[in-house]
Amino acid sequence: MQRMSRAVACVAIALSLSAGIAYAIEDGAGDPTAVKSEDGKWQDKNGNPTFKIGDDGKVDWYTYVGFIRYSANCLQCHGPDGLGSTYAPSLVDSLKHIDYTTFYATVAGGKQNVSAAQNLVMPAEGANKNVMCYIDAIYVYLRARADGAVGRGRPAKHDDKPEAYTKAENECMG
Amino acid sequence: MRRGSSGFWLAAAVMLSPVLLTTTAVAQTSANGDLTKMQSNASEWVMPTKSYDNQRYSTLDQITAQNVGKLQVAWTFSTGVLRGHEGSPLVIGNIMYVHAPFPNTVYALDLDHDGKILWKYEPKQDPNVIPVMCCDTVNRGPAYADGKIFLHQADTTLVALDAKTGKVDWSVKTDDPSKGATGTSAPMVVKDKVYVGVSGGEFGVRGWVAAYSTKDGKELWRAYSEGPDKDLLVDPQKTTSLGKPIGADSSLKSWQGDQWKIGGGDTWGWLAYDPKANLIYYGSGNPSTWNPSQRPGDNKWSMTIFARDPDTGMAKWVYQMTPHDEWDYDGVNEMILADQEIGGKTVPTLVHFDRNGFGYTLNRETGELLVAEKYDPAVNWATGINMDKGSKDYGRPILDKKYSTETPDVNHQGICPAALGTKDEQPAAYSPDTKLFYVPTNHVCMDYEPFRVSYTAGQPYVGATLSMYPPQGSQNMGNFIAWDATTGKIKWSDPEAFSVWSGALATKGGVVFYGTLEGYLKAVDAKTGKELYRFKTPSGIIGNVMTYEHNGQQYIAVLSGVGGWAGIGLAAGLTDPHAGLGAVGGYAALNNYTALGGTLTVFKLPSS
Repeated sequence: MQRMSRAVACVAIALSLSAGIAYAIEDGAGDPTAVKSEDGKWQDKNGNPTFKIGDDGKVDWYTYVGFIRYSANCLQCHGPDGLGSTYAPSLVDSLKHIDYTTFYATVAGGKQNVSAAQNLVMPAEGANKNVMCYIDAIYVYLRARADGAVGRGRPAKHDDKPEAYTKAENECMG
Repeated sequence: MRRGSSGFWLAAAVMLSPVLLTTTAVAQTSANGDLTKMQSNASEWVMPTKSYDNQRYSTLDQITAQNVGKLQVAWTFSTGVLRGHEGSPLVIGNIMYVHAPFPNTVYALDLDHDGKILWKYEPKQDPNVIPVMCCDTVNRGPAYADGKIFLHQADTTLVALDAKTGKVDWSVKTDDPSKGATGTSAPMVVKDKVYVGVSGGEFGVRGWVAAYSTKDGKELWRAYSEGPDKDLLVDPQKTTSLGKPIGADSSLKSWQGDQWKIGGGDTWGWLAYDPKANLIYYGSGNPSTWNPSQRPGDNKWSMTIFARDPDTGMAKWVYQMTPHDEWDYDGVNEMILADQEIGGKTVPTLVHFDRNGFGYTLNRETGELLVAEKYDPAVNWATGINMDKGSKDYGRPILDKKYSTETPDVNHQGICPAALGTKDEQPAAYSPDTKLFYVPTNHVCMDYEPFRVSYTAGQPYVGATLSMYPPQGSQNMGNFIAWDATTGKIKWSDPEAFSVWSGALATKGGVVFYGTLEGYLKAVDAKTGKELYRFKTPSGIIGNVMTYEHNGQQYIAVLSGVGGWAGIGLAAGLTDPHAGLGAVGGYAALNNYTALGGTLTVFKLPSS
């Protein structure tokens, strides 16, 4: 099923390229194209957080921070670069299907799938500042991974840290 | 709240201990005698590391360098659990005890009847403990004494089971999993006490080792790694570090403010015991968080070897290997006790292969440092250990500033070893025949990027991201080495594609065994390292090889079931490990070799 949709997306890109027109990729939250920035934090047309990648591959600040905070707080279970592990799903796949609200609710509230066959438990991160203060950045990073806009590993180049970010971080982390 | 009450408890226990000692003196002697005696019986495997000295050496010699090539599978057993299987079975009499990761199942198998299941124990534990286990839901196995099986479960329940029936005799809670404390390590029994430590360095859990009565589970003492002297169970004048008294408030002075309360120093490794010196030995883990700039000071006594009186818990000596850790080089790896010739004299040594890449040889009675050398030439964070007794830095690592991670928000590159260490918990073996140590090692480097992190009880308190990859110019991510601990030199080294994450076994037959992450059980010549036999088990091996004898036949057994830290990268494919891509990237290619599943495989020679 996931393979199918990826294949469809590939065909779509190929078509759009050959036709010479821009064709947007759809993920779980819709069209990720960045339309508006508030102090370096990008939004799509629906107001969801999203990524902005320059022609030279330079990522916006939040995508970069998302990589760092994902690696610190989520990698232990969800594997390097959002690819999943032996006991937690690939978020690169999940974000193709779930929207921002569902993502936020799952991170904050947790999820359990415990049966005779498996013991999968996602903790509720709602009280964890190391996650919740960076939730949008983590979302943006994973959204970029799900859409194939960012590859594996540490993004090589990123925008400078916006002043508004420092202020918001200090207020949130306390 | 919990800490307050255990502090009170500690004071009470110390006051009561002389009385306890007198009244239980008889029971102590007999219990201790039994287990010590049982260890010398080569046909059994009565504790996870074979014997109190942690040598993992068996005098069984039916399987030799000449005939091991004919080894074949005798029987197998599935644990029914998919996650990472560390540790090894025990064999007591005609019963084998096999454990599994969460839900921490234990099986008793009847060796007289083709491994028929005599009983199965499966505790009901709150699944919320699963996500607070940092690196998979592993457990390194139970201990045996006095007709009981002792198991430290994931949710920090220490349970005593009747070895014949599996019925719970007593159980006690040792810590609080809602704050990130978990049980993964194997207990050890000395005399009438069972000792256990705790995991949770990635959650800011303050480490401790505690002694419980084997009879009823009553806590008899508890010694923390960090905090005030009364919590540490140290005597500022009598407890020494490298021959000198540690002085008052040694831990408190090495932390900023109250940071020691969430300072880590967890105690999830193997314990050792020297009956002659009457001392138990173990190491403490990393200080929390992984961001070093957030916790100035030496962060004592994280990263420390402890020698304690098993009766009172009082520390005789301590030695901190990595003061103010900047790389997550936990000091918990096993302490191997062996009497060795050094400078023409027989010295009671303790040999320890630390995560930080140095192999240490100490006098285990005094804590004097004798040898400290790199056991992987790739190690670069320190150029050596200061061995000048006149120096104020005696015993401290000589740091290479290039590989310091003190500056936050910078990606510090090319540090060797990686946070996995040159070796993790997978225990080494020692053969008194060859006088060599056989060490399963990692050959992995890392980039380390520390950043600010805030503490919330029960939530990860990490503060760094890492990417791992093999050292430049290396194709292999592991080595299996033979080490001379009297000189600190590698005798031979067998390269392995992946980290060697399996405990070694040395035997009188001149054969050394270990497992690989692809799933091979391998036998090599103890003298040369030459491979003599390999067999591919159903899954990658992170368990420890053991041996026993039944009806006159020698068997070799190992748990396979990939997972643990190595399993985190398993599901993700990797494009190029040498490009230094994502963390744990080096292990990703494992996908092409093995898949999940816990199985015990037992080997023997064909009947002649």
